[in-house]
Amino acid sequence: MTWFLDHIPEVLRLAWTHAYLAGIPLVVGLALALPLGWLARRYSWLYAPFTAGFGLLYTIPSLALFVMLPLFTGYGILSPVNVVIALSLYTLALLVRTVADGLGAVPDHVQNAATAMGYTRGKRFFAIELPLAVPVIAAGLRVAAVSNVSIVSVGTIIGVQQLGLLFSDGFNRDFYDPLVVGIIGCVVLALLFDGIIILLARLLTPWQRATGGRA
Amino acid sequence: MNGVITWLTDPLNWSGSDGIPGQTLTHLWYSAISLFVACLIAIPLGLAIGHTGRGRFFVVNLAGAARAIPSLGLLYLMVLWLFPKLKGDSAFLVPSLIVLIVLAIPPLMAGAYAGVEGVDPAARDAAKGMGMTGMQVLGKVEVPNALPLILSGFRSATLQVIATATLAAVAGTGGLGRFLIDGQKIRDYPQMAGGALLVAVLALVVDLLLAVVQRYVVSPGLTGRGAGPARGSRRRSPNRNLGNTPLDVDIPSTTRTVDPQTP
Amino acid sequence: MKLTKITLTIATAAALMATAACGNSGGDPLATTSSSSSGGAASSTIKVGSADFPESALLAEIYAGALEAKGVKVEKKLNIGAREAYIPALQDGSIDLIPEYTGVLRDYFKKGQTGTDAEAVYTELKASVPATLTVLDKSAAEDKDALVMKKSRADELGVKSIADLAGKADKLTVGGPPEWKTRDTGIPGFKKIYGLEFKAFRPLDAGGPLTLAALKNGQIDAGDLFTTDPSIAANDLVALEDPKSMYAAQNVVPLITKSKSNPTIEGALNAVSAKLDTATLSDLLTQVVVDKKDADTVAKEFLTKAGLA
Repeated sequence: MTWFLDHIPEVLRLAWTHAYLAGIPLVVGLALALPLGWLARRYSWLYAPFTAGFGLLYTIPSLALFVMLPLFTGYGILSPVNVVIALSLYTLALLVRTVADGLGAVPDHVQNAATAMGYTRGKRFFAIELPLAVPVIAAGLRVAAVSNVSIVSVGTIIGVQQLGLLFSDGFNRDFYDPLVVGIIGCVVLALLFDGIIILLARLLTPWQRATGGRA
Repeated sequence: MNGVITWLTDPLNWSGSDGIPGQTLTHLWYSAISLFVACLIAIPLGLAIGHTGRGRFFVVNLAGAARAIPSLGLLYLMVLWLFPKLKGDSAFLVPSLIVLIVLAIPPLMAGAYAGVEGVDPAARDAAKGMGMTGMQVLGKVEVPNALPLILSGFRSATLQVIATATLAAVAGTGGLGRFLIDGQKIRDYPQMAGGALLVAVLALVVDLLLAVVQRYVVSPGLTGRGAGPARGSRRRSPNRNLGNTPLDVDIPSTTRTVDPQTP
Repeated sequence: MKLTKITLTIATAAALMATAACGNSGGDPLATTSSSSSGGAASSTIKVGSADFPESALLAEIYAGALEAKGVKVEKKLNIGAREAYIPALQDGSIDLIPEYTGVLRDYFKKGQTGTDAEAVYTELKASVPATLTVLDKSAAEDKDALVMKKSRADELGVKSIADLAGKADKLTVGGPPEWKTRDTGIPGFKKIYGLEFKAFRPLDAGGPLTLAALKNGQIDAGDLFTTDPSIAANDLVALEDPKSMYAAQNVVPLITKSKSNPTIEGALNAVSAKLDTATLSDLLTQVVVDKKDADTVAKEFLTKAGLA
């Protein structure tokens, strides 16, 4: 406990880095998953290969990805960009299916109503399909956020400073304090992400509160 | 890339207990024990919550927090804490198994309770009306109806456990993680990439097998192989989960936790 | 303030997406700056790295403190998990300076060299270092691999040195870093140099917490720890002698990028090396590992006491 009190600035610095290393990939991964998920939904023959193929990315062990990615990206080996790219891939792996399923969950009669009202395909996507898919996509994002926070901690292997540093510090010195502080920090961070996503999803789906139902 | 193929096709790497088949079996073995123990804990608990509706808030949030525990940190903590308390080889293995069990519990439990909770209330009422006891309703109506989601949760847990079981090598045991760690230490990147590839292939094969199992275990009434189920609500019908990879199970369960309407 | 930070990160994310596609090798938009440097004038800043074990981080803190005392701008990038990451990092300019050990470093750059005493290893190392890098003066402080046993177990077997294990090794399990499986510092070396074949090898870590725990609890009979490790004395362990010098000398030595070095820097680091010996290093490390003090605090106290800062 005293260790924590003595090291609050250090812990906060690591937590902040941890937060953006886990957070940016959520945005990037989602931005990539939206068009891919849309494609998988639009062309049904793409659905199986896309969802299975991208899902497979998730099984690449993070340790291997972190060490070998710099060989492919050309970024400096210690560059946090490698972590961001790796985690964007994992996020993408989790979200392509979610986005495709979320878009597919829009009932046919709603789609038909929109078409009848003269909505073009593009307008229908942004005005109807995407907003209605928000709850499903948000649920997928929550899973990705938690997973990202956990995986970022493996980044110590390539010298990226984040809360995982406290794990190896505690482990190396047989010292519970930093180790436990690091774990709690990760859990708190994950729950924060979770809360933010829930909040955003609510803001984006005002009709849910109005009707109390779900799309 | 050529290096990876050379590594994968070198007969030397396919022999002995620390060869590819041996480490793959070890990997599967660790995964299987963890999943078995996790099922013993999570599925009864999930069914109970789904059936009674009690303790849901507490358990769901606990599972949410468990999901957020970083595996690497937990592994280190378990090694420091448990290692001195254990004898023989179990000292290397138990910390990793605990990490994998903690990892597997949330999706398994979410699948179980979301499945039971999502059973059409009309079906449940009909069963009660026919004079079934609570246990009978659970066993004959709720579990069969929840099976697609339970299995979905199981697939999700399996995928995560197989992908994460590489951590066991960090704690000094075998499994496919050995190739990753050993490869990294001697800068043998083909070995490392080969190991990573094997993990991905193993996860894919196991997932496909489970997909087949899922298809044949689930009642025909739910899969659409027989008469379709009643579709009273707009909720995605269970058969849609059939072709899905596992992680999908989180969607219904987590959207529910957000729902302010549910007690 | 917070908002600008968020927009900034989103902007970098976008920039990142754009550059990631074309494999830009120069940019490092997310570089963590841990100290004074605020863009520009990066060339005058020395980026000090370390491996992620306590002694390496401690030595890096000492180097950083000594450089700062001479007015050199320093940025710390400590605790890099693997040598396979930080040596390439030196070569691509992500870091400029890191504390190293003569023996392992020589073997990393060029395998199969045979010197074992401090001078020979250092000479071979200097000849093996790639052209862009250089090592400064080695210090007397040494921290080498040792095969360590429980004292009680060693006494019971009547073993004082690795050579004494002859005829007994086939009943013993040995633990060490994963690379021991294939490297001459490990299983092949025991066989070649001492004619020992152990019952089993358990891949653990390089003198880390796993090896220590496994030794203490008897899962392994002998294991790889480092000679400065305070846990050896603290846990009634004993390091076996190495009469045939299987383990080459491992003197602490600064490895630095040549183009970043200058007389001020060399002077400061060589002064540190001159003041460090094995006993001092072991004592400093005890403060970090056993007393749980912070490496930077211990480093500062040492520098002040030694008159280096």
